[in-house]
Amino acid sequence: MKIDSIKNGFVIDHITAGRGMEIYRLLKLDKLSCPVAIIQNVLSNKMGRKDIIKIDGDIQLNTEILGYVDPDVTVDIIKDEKLVEKRRIALPEKLTNVIFCKNPRCITTTEQELPHIFNLTDKEKRIYRCIYCETKHE
Amino acid sequence: MRSLIDILELSVEELDELIALAEDIIANPAKYQESCRHKKLATLFFEPSTRTRLSFEAAMYELGGDVLSMSSAGSSSAAKGESVADTAKTVSCYADIIAMRHPKEGAPMVAAMNAGIPVINAGDGGHNHPTQTLADLLTIWREKGKFTGLTIGLCGDLKFGRTVHSLIAAMARYTGNRFVLISPEELKLPSYVKKDILEKNGIEYIQTTDLEKALPELDILYMTRVQRERFFNEEDYLRLKDSYILTPEKLKKGRADLSILHPLPRVNEISVGVDADPRAVYFKQVLNGKYMRMALILKLLEVEV
Repeated sequence: MKIDSIKNGFVIDHITAGRGMEIYRLLKLDKLSCPVAIIQNVLSNKMGRKDIIKIDGDIQLNTEILGYVDPDVTVDIIKDEKLVEKRRIALPEKLTNVIFCKNPRCITTTEQELPHIFNLTDKEKRIYRCIYCETKHE
Repeated sequence: MRSLIDILELSVEELDELIALAEDIIANPAKYQESCRHKKLATLFFEPSTRTRLSFEAAMYELGGDVLSMSSAGSSSAAKGESVADTAKTVSCYADIIAMRHPKEGAPMVAAMNAGIPVINAGDGGHNHPTQTLADLLTIWREKGKFTGLTIGLCGDLKFGRTVHSLIAAMARYTGNRFVLISPEELKLPSYVKKDILEKNGIEYIQTTDLEKALPELDILYMTRVQRERFFNEEDYLRLKDSYILTPEKLKKGRADLSILHPLPRVNEISVGVDADPRAVYFKQVLNGKYMRMALILKLLEVEV
């Protein structure tokens, strides 16, 4: 399988096998006009199998979503066909409009324009709580 | 500029300062009676509450300040669909400080994020009610003279009772306290409060359904009302509302130095016969609430007396 090298863009690597499409959807990559490739089930020494997404375009990448869905991914930043940075994506401390509060008593249920903001309150158990009502996101 | 949304936003040192300030207000009321002259408190109550609103208003008047108030939520612009953020921005143009009660959890926080003046959470649904906890703490302080080494019984609705959760969180920061959690099975303390506050900090607690058996070991008994407004289902409310009723007869098992607290209003969970018992301090607690609100208003408005 041959995929052209990237001029200016990103390689999202070390995606847990099977999560590539989920990330593709959440990042709304289907809306881009630049070339995007998803490679699934690539052999990996470290992970056994992994997914990779390549984006040949200088876009604004939402690393909050990436870190939330799959905190072990890495992002390679390519400029002029050269790797300029390899970024590890950790679990984000704060999520804005990535997940939504389901507590019917929360102020976000009646005030539609409020951003849904969650803070990471337990890193080990990956628990996020709504900043307004402190309800845990399930 | 600072607000108070959750009791845990105050450090233990700041709580001590507030208590010292409240004690000074009690001892020297005249010293403070002009301290908020030309300052205005806006009480924005989007949910019925008489006592908390009156307590805030009395607190501001006793500091020599003025109060702006809306007659009811139905008459406010919120009824026309105005957002909490817009209400807060508007009221900031008229007042120096806001006390807000709202049925939706997090509404006072949204107000604080937009107001530009201090906002005090006067209760947001079943979530937080920090000034009630301030009243509880001053009462414990005045009755016991300490916040450490106490056995604290909490009885009634421990599931929806926001004052219970805040009091546990506040008292868990002091050493040597143990908690006796007395409730029917259906209204037990939520597991996240047990795990995140009690177990995480290695605090001793027991759970029981038997009030009489627990009574003899308590320094403090914090009674709560089973609140109709917290239930989606009327049947469940009716079944649970009379789970615990404290009577003079039951109280014979309590220690002589027991202190009985209640955030009020009560329905029937403490019989009127208990009121004459010197161990019943829930009306003192109401008064303490006013003093702590006075201290808090002074602190948030950064008024030095």
